[in-house]
Amino acid sequence: MNNPYLPYPVRIDSVVTETEDRNLKTFKLVFLNPEDEAKFKYLPGQFAELSIAGLGEIPIGIATSPTEKGFIKFTVNKTGKVTTHLHNMQAGDVMGVRGPLGNWYPWEMLEGKNVVIIGGGFAFTTLRSSIIYMLDPANRSRFGDIDVVYGARGPGLLLYKDELAAWEQRKDIAMHITVDGTNDPNWKYNVGFVPAVTKQKAPSSDNAYAIVCGPPIMIKFTLPVLTELGFPPERIITSLEMRMKCGIGICGRCNLGTEYVCKDGPVFTLKQLSALPNEY
Amino acid sequence: MSELYIAKEKFPDAVRRLMDGSRVYGPVLEGQYHSFAQLKEPEDADLSFQNTRLSPKGLFNPQAERMFRFSLAKGDPEAGIVKEVPKDYSPRIILGIRPCDAVAFQLDDKNFDTETIQDPWWVKRRETTTMVGLACNSPCGTCFCTSVGTGPFDPAGLDVLLTDVGAGYVARGITEKGKKLLSGMVGGSEVSPRAAAKAAELKKAAEGSLGKVFDTGALAKKSMLELFNASFWDEIQFSCINCGTCTFLCPTCWCFDIQDETCQESGERLRLWDSCMFPLFTLHGSGHNPRAQKLQRVRQRFMHKLKYYPEKYKGGVACVGCGRCVKACPVNIDIRRVARTMSAGCSCPA
Repeated sequence: MNNPYLPYPVRIDSVVTETEDRNLKTFKLVFLNPEDEAKFKYLPGQFAELSIAGLGEIPIGIATSPTEKGFIKFTVNKTGKVTTHLHNMQAGDVMGVRGPLGNWYPWEMLEGKNVVIIGGGFAFTTLRSSIIYMLDPANRSRFGDIDVVYGARGPGLLLYKDELAAWEQRKDIAMHITVDGTNDPNWKYNVGFVPAVTKQKAPSSDNAYAIVCGPPIMIKFTLPVLTELGFPPERIITSLEMRMKCGIGICGRCNLGTEYVCKDGPVFTLKQLSALPNEY
Repeated sequence: MSELYIAKEKFPDAVRRLMDGSRVYGPVLEGQYHSFAQLKEPEDADLSFQNTRLSPKGLFNPQAERMFRFSLAKGDPEAGIVKEVPKDYSPRIILGIRPCDAVAFQLDDKNFDTETIQDPWWVKRRETTTMVGLACNSPCGTCFCTSVGTGPFDPAGLDVLLTDVGAGYVARGITEKGKKLLSGMVGGSEVSPRAAAKAAELKKAAEGSLGKVFDTGALAKKSMLELFNASFWDEIQFSCINCGTCTFLCPTCWCFDIQDETCQESGERLRLWDSCMFPLFTLHGSGHNPRAQKLQRVRQRFMHKLKYYPEKYKGGVACVGCGRCVKACPVNIDIRRVARTMSAGCSCPA
């Protein structure tokens, strides 16, 4: 019997400091056993438990897309015991990964649709995965227009800056990068909060789905904007965070009513959430 | 063999024979209370017990379970790699388990053994265990098993059902596993019509002693959000001190934590009972806590048992009516009263 609690051993291939506050680092991980990589089949929106022997496990969204082969990446905010230890680990160190876990953005439903991605702060990881996935030559024709509104407090706090710049140059994705504020005279992009920029850019809701991930305050003010633009609750998708242990719907702590965020989520539509207790 | 009679004087020998090929667990008196423990001698099992103070859930989901081990030694090529540990899955018999507690394991199966995910330790222990249950001739005042879909003679979770008819036990094989066990039992004889009649009479009397204390049907009809938002939780939670005794004793409370413990150059990953009564259970790394308030935690416990579980698995409530939480609660919170409040017609807020 396959043991769903047993992590796959992985080696840290590289560590990249993403933000000027040094609180976010991206870990590129390579499976020690190639057969484990074959078993780790995922879709954008899923997460995994990063496992460090002696410290424990943390649930983190997968930042790579399944179209990127040979490695997986996780961008981790330094918060508690495990993440702090992880931030001090180096390329070559061995750790564990358990997953993939949870559901994913509804890719079959999104086929043939326009996709509006709205992200804030460090909740951009599975959105990066989604963008890479949709822009892959094998997938791009499956989706309509792609709009991305991505904001951070300042330019130095944006994740994946090189990729953002590269996407800005492309014709098949409309990027709307924004910062809450900056005194950088060379800042080329938008200034303003994510909800305001979303309202200003007004991506069409025709045949479109919105995927929204970010801090609660951003989501709170973005939802009315999306409603005004004509997105019904069943076409607004979000991903929830919750304290987790098992990640497979057994240990009992991450439920919203009947639904376990780890197994039945983390991806929910606004319509689904409105039918559940708002304990998140 | 589907039914036999074993006289009480022959019972220890029968148990001894069972102990030859299996680890046999039974209710053992330790201090003031009974608990399920592995028998060293057949006489260790005290079948005159009412019920154990702790539920027998630890036999399948131990309070502390070693999940994995790992090395942290510098220079060890295996350092940091988490590995499985050997476990004893040799055949096991649980003797004298009460029918309600056995049904609890079936309710827990829906959590641990699903179509997509199987908890390997739970599933293997379930497979290698035979349940020889003991019918309740005289349920306690706090028992309400018949209100939640089971009963003092319910064979549903058992392989064999024993009924104490005075001078001996009537043993009925329920499953193939149970019938096989009975066919290898020594000292058994045919069940006399008198013993059979006595067993039937005891069953009727025991079931008759238990009324219906709340209506799960009415609960099922209520909407999850209506119950969640109801105003009565404020009153229900008022006296609760979040001690967690109810979840600790409950046979259907399975929630657990996962913790790593290390000593010098090696360590273990452990699974430990946890409780929705504790604020740490849901505390995020960021400091946010979706169930920071006592009311939210008390509501979670009752809603999980009485509403979320039945709705998720399209079945009965996650309670077998053993009454342990009712007996042990230091502030007299009574799940029967809570369930009545939840199912009452006039409970919705204005």
